[in-house]
Amino acid sequence: MLSIDRSIIDAIVAHARRDHPDEACGVVAGPAGSDTPTRHIPMENSARSMTFYEFDSMEQLRVWREMDDRDEEPVVIYHSHTATEAYPSRTDISFAGEPGAHYLLVSTREPDTEEIRSFRIVDGVVTEEPVRIVDAAVDPHAVQSYMFGQSPATVDYECSGR
Amino acid sequence: MAIEVRIPTILRSYTGGAKVVEGAGDTLADLLTDLDSRHAGLKARLVTDAGALHRFVNVYVNDEDVRFLGALDAKLSDGDSVTILPAVAGGAFGFAAAAAIAQHSAAAAGVRAARAR
Repeated sequence: MLSIDRSIIDAIVAHARRDHPDEACGVVAGPAGSDTPTRHIPMENSARSMTFYEFDSMEQLRVWREMDDRDEEPVVIYHSHTATEAYPSRTDISFAGEPGAHYLLVSTREPDTEEIRSFRIVDGVVTEEPVRIVDAAVDPHAVQSYMFGQSPATVDYECSGR
Repeated sequence: MAIEVRIPTILRSYTGGAKVVEGAGDTLADLLTDLDSRHAGLKARLVTDAGALHRFVNVYVNDEDVRFLGALDAKLSDGDSVTILPAVAGGAFGFAAAAAIAQHSAAAAGVRAARAR
């Protein structure tokens, strides 16, 4: 199962919508061994295509080195399909080279809804897995609001809604 | 004479789990042959039967993509650092079409490399 924060999913969907009808792609890095995606890195689709994506090799080197330096790994590798379902194509399967990653696909073929699915791809074998979208935990001990300075300067006794 | 080679997760089964190995060679092809003598099977994952660098991997010498340095003929010197990464690519496209694009961009890279010389 992939557990991923809603804010990251929102950012991935926004990236996919922004680049539509071209395919969008990127990575979500996380601490090595944690299986927790924490840092969203949108990547350039150097193919700039509606049916193909490819990381720019130099950008990839920079990002992979940065992950290495921060003791992170690519927890999620995502891309969008813009006219077909969110299921790995034969091309996706041939290229899948990170056996530890969750391959997340977003389909933007419907204008109002996104299909978001996640897969493991190991040695050419595709296994779909559930996606659990997690809302950022609210710390019950945190002070949620201060009222200082919030007193209204005018009082509307008529409740006119202005 | 040692060249440091960084191995991606997917190929560490050939290096006993090692992330970094050392090898020697005057060109990338020589280096891969040298590595294969100790890590049997590694070269076949990087080089196609036709003797070209595999489409599914990116190989860098120091900070350069070897596709712009003559691919397997890229010259190496003592102290160089070679990094191997899985190429990240895919998409809704059929594989035959993707392969055609790969050949086209390899040819284009060859032209760019020739111009740079």
